[in-house]
Order: sequence, then structure tokens, then C-alpha cells
Amino acid sequence: MKYLVDDLETVEMKAVRDGFGEGLLDLGKRNEKVVALCADLRESVRVEGFSKAYPDRYIEVGVAEQNMIGIAAGLALEGFIPFAASYAVFSPGRSWDQIRVSVAYTHSNVKIVGGHAGISVGPDGATHQAMEDIAMMRVLPNMIVVVPCDAEQTKKATLALADYKGPAYLRLTRSKTAMFTNRSTPFEIGKAQILRTGKQLTIVGCGPVLYSALMAAEELKEEIDIEVINMHTIKPLDADALIRSAKKTGKVLTIEEHQVNGGLGGAVAEVLAEQAPTKMLRLGMNDAFGESGDSDELMTKYGLDKDGVVRATRKLV
Amino acid sequence: MPRVNLPDVALEVRKNIIKMLAFAGSGHTAGAMGSADLFTYLYFGGEVKVRRDDPTWEDRDRVVLSCGHYAPVLYSCLGMAGFFPLEELSTLRKLGSRLQGHVVRHIEYNGGRKLAHDQLPGVENTGGPLGQGVSIAVGMAIAARMKKQKHRVICVGSDGEMDEGQTWEAYMSAAKYKLGNLIFIIDRNEIQISGNVSDVMPIESVGKKLEAFGLRVKEIDGHNFEEIGSIFPWARMYPDQPKAVIMNTTPGKGVSFMEKNYLWHGIPPNKDQAIEALTELTGGRTK
Repeated sequence: MKYLVDDLETVEMKAVRDGFGEGLLDLGKRNEKVVALCADLRESVRVEGFSKAYPDRYIEVGVAEQNMIGIAAGLALEGFIPFAASYAVFSPGRSWDQIRVSVAYTHSNVKIVGGHAGISVGPDGATHQAMEDIAMMRVLPNMIVVVPCDAEQTKKATLALADYKGPAYLRLTRSKTAMFTNRSTPFEIGKAQILRTGKQLTIVGCGPVLYSALMAAEELKEEIDIEVINMHTIKPLDADALIRSAKKTGKVLTIEEHQVNGGLGGAVAEVLAEQAPTKMLRLGMNDAFGESGDSDELMTKYGLDKDGVVRATRKLV
Repeated sequence: MPRVNLPDVALEVRKNIIKMLAFAGSGHTAGAMGSADLFTYLYFGGEVKVRRDDPTWEDRDRVVLSCGHYAPVLYSCLGMAGFFPLEELSTLRKLGSRLQGHVVRHIEYNGGRKLAHDQLPGVENTGGPLGQGVSIAVGMAIAARMKKQKHRVICVGSDGEMDEGQTWEAYMSAAKYKLGNLIFIIDRNEIQISGNVSDVMPIESVGKKLEAFGLRVKEIDGHNFEEIGSIFPWARMYPDQPKAVIMNTTPGKGVSFMEKNYLWHGIPPNKDQAIEALTELTGGRTK
């Protein structure tokens, strides 16, 4: 459990997007090649701090995500490291072709930051709940996809992505969620983290929803010995870690705030089907749109809270 | 680059376009032919600073081709300017060629090459899906200013491309950031793939629209080298404003059966048509 804080019950609550904002601000100081772009959402996706500290390296494009990605690509071709941020429903939602051609195919060093992803966005409703972005991005050649699990990890991921040379997607969420990793928890792109070891079932998750998995594993510990893997990098997927665990436990449950089709669940199923066929269940959105509601209510209704994971686990067993 | 006889060079550029498209058996003819005089001026008129032996020279002028289907005219000029062996023009659109159907730029990092084909020297952007180069040019112009570099960014686009909302997003942002180092050249040839621009999607009045978007606008005859050359001293007069040049051209220029016919937007000449076109271009009109 070296990755986790000591007491999972009394964790600090902090939004993933805040971790990004801190990381970006830090990068501004460390690396003068880092520039930021935003499409009229700089407070919301936490680019505000960077924009104030480094106004000469901040580009506000207005509500124009396609142009934002193109400008970012132009900056990257000239040696800058642009972080282009908006809500995930808008970018990559509306800027996918620009990302495909000017970023992925061109292999330009653009970091696409999709904020307010997942159903936990809450009251804004389904128009603003990106549940397809992981699928859209992981299908692109040359693109890597990172979904950090809490604010602490997001800060580390932001720094790591600036060092990584090439196109990348970073997925953020809005609400305050449990900070269950700590400062000493390492982060390496493409390297899965076994948050909890177990022998009878593996839960593979990404994003803050992993906290539900950890709490469920704890609740079920007398009943079933669960391994929990933080697959923070969906692409390149850490197939070795996944297969090793799947072969050990024989059962894999995936969990994500995303459509089960094409997201983490899809990625895991692809690897296991080819290399280590394993009994699986994918927990996430089942080919459906979300709706308005409080973040917690929605997580409960769509089975992504602790109780939902417990039910899914029992179903799989 | 030494001064040359521009009409002679433009003729060679057009002949190469016809030949390479005929070899390829597919591709876009009209726009490449129509903009041949512009590209001839850019690469052989002595105005645009590029180095064939150092294609990524930091202080070069950036020529962005947003209408990526004009690739044959750019390839023709780059080949003739010595960026790569001229014989390679005959590999356009062939398997393994550096001369992809639409222009491609890709960046290699430590991880090595990520594409199926090699990079063609001298190409600044990936283009084809319309509108993207316009934004890339804005990004490059902002980058040049951030780095306090003196070069210009020249973005060649087309009138049909202006159907794409992204172009207007990009124009607005160029004006907002007062990108005096950026020149958009819009090939106003009045055709697009499925018809005349005025039928498919009327875009007039282009000049007024661009002015209203904050650009400094100039209209020229794209087949008059003097007028093409006048772009640059004019552009220098407005260091704090992005420029847009509406370049009126005849699509398919130089080959009578291609001129002003939108059907030639997206097709190549077959062998007989190519021979006929080359004959006409070299002065022995067949009709």
C-alpha cells in the first residue's frame, strides 16, 4: 500500500483540476517553453494562475476550440510546449479533427487538457459530461492518454507530460474528490500502480472513481481478496501489470467515469482477449447519456460509488 | 536566391504539376495550376527567405499551405528550388513516397520516426482538412513574436476553405493578437470541389468581411508578378496588423480546357489530356 495515504477514511478532498492548475503554474516557473491556451474557461479549468503569472505565455482564444488546437500546434512546431485546455466535451469533443491532423499525425508536442470529464461534473447535465473522450483520444496514433486519480497525482502527471515529447491527452474532473495518494507516491507515464494487492479479483480503474474501488475492496475484505490497480495511463496501457494480475486473480472488473465501450474497459478487454482471456465485467456508462444532479447522486445512480462497485464485484464473483 | 525569369519558371512549375498529376492518376489540378504564379514568386522571386540546404533554418519565412490539396504546386517549387531531387516529383501519391497526397509535416523526437513515410524537406504543416493551416499559421506567428524573431508567416489558403468556421476563428485571433508578421493569402479562384463558390456557399463580400474581422486587406491579380510582389512592401507598412490578400486567380490557369471549370478541382489529367495540356503550355496550342 505504499502508494496510498495512511488512512483512507479521513482523506483530504481536493479537485483533480486544482492539481493541474498547481502543476501548470509550477511548470511556468521551471520551463519557459511551456505556454498555455484556453477557450474562455481559464478559471474553471484552473489555467487562471498561469495566465496571471505568465501573461506573455498565455493565449486566450475565446470559445473556439478548433482554433485553439491549431494555434497550439503552430506553437509546438516552433518549439514550445503548449497546454491547450477546455472542457473535454469541447476539446477533444469539438476539436478532434484538428487534434488528429495537426497534433497526432504531425506528432506535435501539444498537451490537450480535457476538463470536467465524467458524470461527476454534475448539475450541468449530459451536454457537459464527457463520457467518450478516452475512446476518442486513445484511438489516435501517436497519442498517449493519461487519467490521473487525484489532485496530487494530477500535478505529477502535468509535470511528467511537459517532459514527455509528443502529443498527449490529460483528463481532469471537476468535483472535490479524495486525495488517496500522497507526495511520495511516484508517477511514471505508462506504469500502472497496484494500490492494493489481492488474490481473488482485480479491479482496474482510472480517475477519482478508484476511491470507490478502494473503499469497496476494504468493505469486502472478509468476503473476497481484491487487488486494485490504478491504470492512470490508458495508452500506452501497462499490459504486463494487467496480465500478471489477471492471471493471478482470474477475474477483472474495470471501473471508469466513461462509456464502457472504447474507454478503459474496452482497452483492458482488448488486451486480455488477445493475451490472457479472463472473466470480465466493465463498470461505467452503458451506452447512455447522463443527466443533471449532484455529483454524488449521479455516482450513486450510475453505480460508480462504493456500493455500486460492491454490487458489480459480487456479480462478477 | 538568384533572380530568374519568373514567367519561365512558372511555366516549368505548371508543366511539372501536369506531369506529376498525370503520373499519379489522382489529385487536384485546378488550384495548383491557378496558384503557380504565386508560388513561383514565393520561391523564386527573391522575397521569401528559405534555405534548401537548411530547410528548418530558424529564421526562415514560414510558408504554410492550409489548402493542403494544392500540394503539387508546392512540391513542384520545392523540387525545382533544390529541396529534394526533381525526379522525385514522379512519386507523388505513390506508396512509400515523401510526396504524400496532401502536405505532411511531422516532428521526430527521441522516440524516432512515427510515420510510414519520410518527411519532405520544406513542408511546414500538415494540411488537407481545411482551415487547420490558418490556425497553425497564427500559432507560428505568435511563437515568432514570443521568440522575438523577425521572419514572416505566409499562409496560403483558398476561398472554398472559408466555408470552414475555423478560418474565421483564426482570423479573429490573428487580429486580437495584432500579428503584423502574418500574411494570409487567399486564392480567390471561385471554385470548390462540387461547384462554383458562389453556388456552393456564397462568401462575398470577402474583403469587407476580412476587414470587419480586423485584417488589413489587399486585392491583387494572382497572375501578375508585379502585383504579387507588391504584397510584401505593402505588408511592411502595417507592422501591428495581420494582412489578408485576396488573390484573384483563374483555376486551371494555362490550360484552356481546365480554366474556370470546377470539375477540374479534384481530378488529374489522363495521359491524352496531359499531352494536350503540355502542348498548350509550351505554346503549340492544339485547339
